[in-house]
Amino acid sequence: MAESIVSLRHVNKYFGENHVLKDINLEIEEGEFLTLLGPSGCGKTTTLRLIAGFEDATDGIIEVQGDRVEDKEAYERDVNTVFQSYALFPHMTVYDNIGYGLKVKKVPKEEIKERVREMLELVQLMGFEGRKPDAMSGGQKQRVAIARALINNPKVLLLDEPLGALDLKLRKQMQIELKRLQQMLNITFVYVTHDQEEAMTMSDRIAVMKDGIIEQLASPREIYNKPATKFVADFIGESNIFSGTVIEINGEEATLETECGCCKMPAEGFAVGDKAHVCIRPETIGFSKEPVDGFTLKGQVKNMIFVGAVFRTLVTMENGYDVKINRVKYDGSYQEGDTLYFYWDVEDSTGIRDQEVTNG
Amino acid sequence: MDRSGIRGKLPAMVTAGPISIWLIIFVLLPLVYVFVISFMSRGTYGGIDWHFTFENYTMLLQPLYLKIIWKSLKLAFLTTAMCLIMGYPLAYWIAQKPAKSAAKWLLLVMIPYWTNSLVRLYSVNLLGMPNGFVNLFLMKLHIISEPIQFLYTDGMVLMGLLTAMLPFSVLPLYSSIEKMDKSLIEASKDLGANSVTTFRKVTIPQTMGGIVGCILLVFIPSIGMYQVPEVLGGGKVMLVGTLIKNQFLMTKNWPFGASMAILLMFSTIAMLLIYTRVGKLEELEVV
Repeated sequence: MAESIVSLRHVNKYFGENHVLKDINLEIEEGEFLTLLGPSGCGKTTTLRLIAGFEDATDGIIEVQGDRVEDKEAYERDVNTVFQSYALFPHMTVYDNIGYGLKVKKVPKEEIKERVREMLELVQLMGFEGRKPDAMSGGQKQRVAIARALINNPKVLLLDEPLGALDLKLRKQMQIELKRLQQMLNITFVYVTHDQEEAMTMSDRIAVMKDGIIEQLASPREIYNKPATKFVADFIGESNIFSGTVIEINGEEATLETECGCCKMPAEGFAVGDKAHVCIRPETIGFSKEPVDGFTLKGQVKNMIFVGAVFRTLVTMENGYDVKINRVKYDGSYQEGDTLYFYWDVEDSTGIRDQEVTNG
Repeated sequence: MDRSGIRGKLPAMVTAGPISIWLIIFVLLPLVYVFVISFMSRGTYGGIDWHFTFENYTMLLQPLYLKIIWKSLKLAFLTTAMCLIMGYPLAYWIAQKPAKSAAKWLLLVMIPYWTNSLVRLYSVNLLGMPNGFVNLFLMKLHIISEPIQFLYTDGMVLMGLLTAMLPFSVLPLYSSIEKMDKSLIEASKDLGANSVTTFRKVTIPQTMGGIVGCILLVFIPSIGMYQVPEVLGGGKVMLVGTLIKNQFLMTKNWPFGASMAILLMFSTIAMLLIYTRVGKLEELEVV
């Protein structure tokens, strides 16, 4: 395992009475692209600001390259930030913006000139030296902001929703470019976003956060395939989640009894009597007109929608829950109002412990 | 639609019309009158002799008057500088507060401005009297044995100008600091600049609109203000404002007073023009 370049240990942060970060432990490895992902108010930006030095942790230890930085000012830390609003200095040209970090460190003019030129080349903005930020598009400003941060050769680059203000197409393009930069320069990126697709595309690892807690820290693939909590299953991609009690364990398979019927899920880690949720993705959930062995969940087809790349069917269960089924195309085997039974490959589903039971 | 007829002009007439008429009658016409008489001769008994002359302006070049103009400029400059030095930190401090308490602090800054200016001046006057509060206090502490002559000095006039002008300096400064994007300060520190460098390279340039607004709002009225030297300077501190007043009310030399008033007005306009050339007028913060 690579060495940790940033460590957060038992970090807590209060804003007044508000406990926004609850005992955060996070080891960020050198050279990785780590994303803090979560809905607004989950504490992801606060975590980033603690590393940058814009906020002080209420308690806990923060280390950058093995050195404790809690008492260091932002300007003494070997990390740089790309801000959501770019925060380019409006009264300076692109050249002065990018060269700012070197200038305040009293680097000789010739060297600044050379480094700024390199940076402009890196972000493909040659010829823009004399422009003021106001005369540039959002995408161009974003590139300047990245160049301005990277010119300082930071150990860690912190990015706070840097693509949030860009339109979809540009955002996709910049995602690829950011990933390219990160791999080329081999700098650790800590990236904050609420956009799960963005996180999936770029990250080596994702920390999914909710209410000041890291719910799961794993690779994008693992987070998608093996969500650790109900929240992660719901937040990342689309999920059908059924909740109930484990009533039988048969080798690798467990049977879960829900209020609307029974279904199967992987048995690993569960015992009879445990409360659990089973998560199955809309593209892997199966359906038929007759019940399949071990499954008695059923519902009525509510509507069928063509949403571009997928054909989606919503099936309403007795308790009102809408089960989502995504297929590449409509197979014509059912109509609105038909009753469908659900089933799935146990391997495709994920069993999640009920949190009230496992917490603590 | 026909916009050239009376219907097209109606909105402009209703909205801008009344004030325009008011301004033409009570501001523009008197100004033109003052401008015209500044080129006329003084009548024997204080009236105006309608003979064209440049004499009123050449008279301004006499050392006596140049000295008065110079002193006025010096005091106005000092007032402006001190307003900036004292007003900026206060404005900055208020701008960091949440909107609700910021409004309270600004109110406190403005209250003196809403009290009668003469009452305010005489209270400053009382403080500075030989048996006034400051002198008594210093004598009680045995720091001085005899009262210091505060009244009727340049220093006292400067105090008075500061008291009158400070509120005006805080407001434009506050509004530009408050509007500034705070992430710029974070960005500067993030890039390795300490607080002093950040203030110099980011905060000051970003609040230049407020700084210039403050300079204009303080400097220009300070030159012409006449109640302050009247009350606090007695007859001893002569400034341009007092001089103009004396020409109109005491010496009855209207043409000469007019020439000085015109000079003051055009130097003000010149300052504004210079500012619009170097800065942008839309960035000007006057609250």
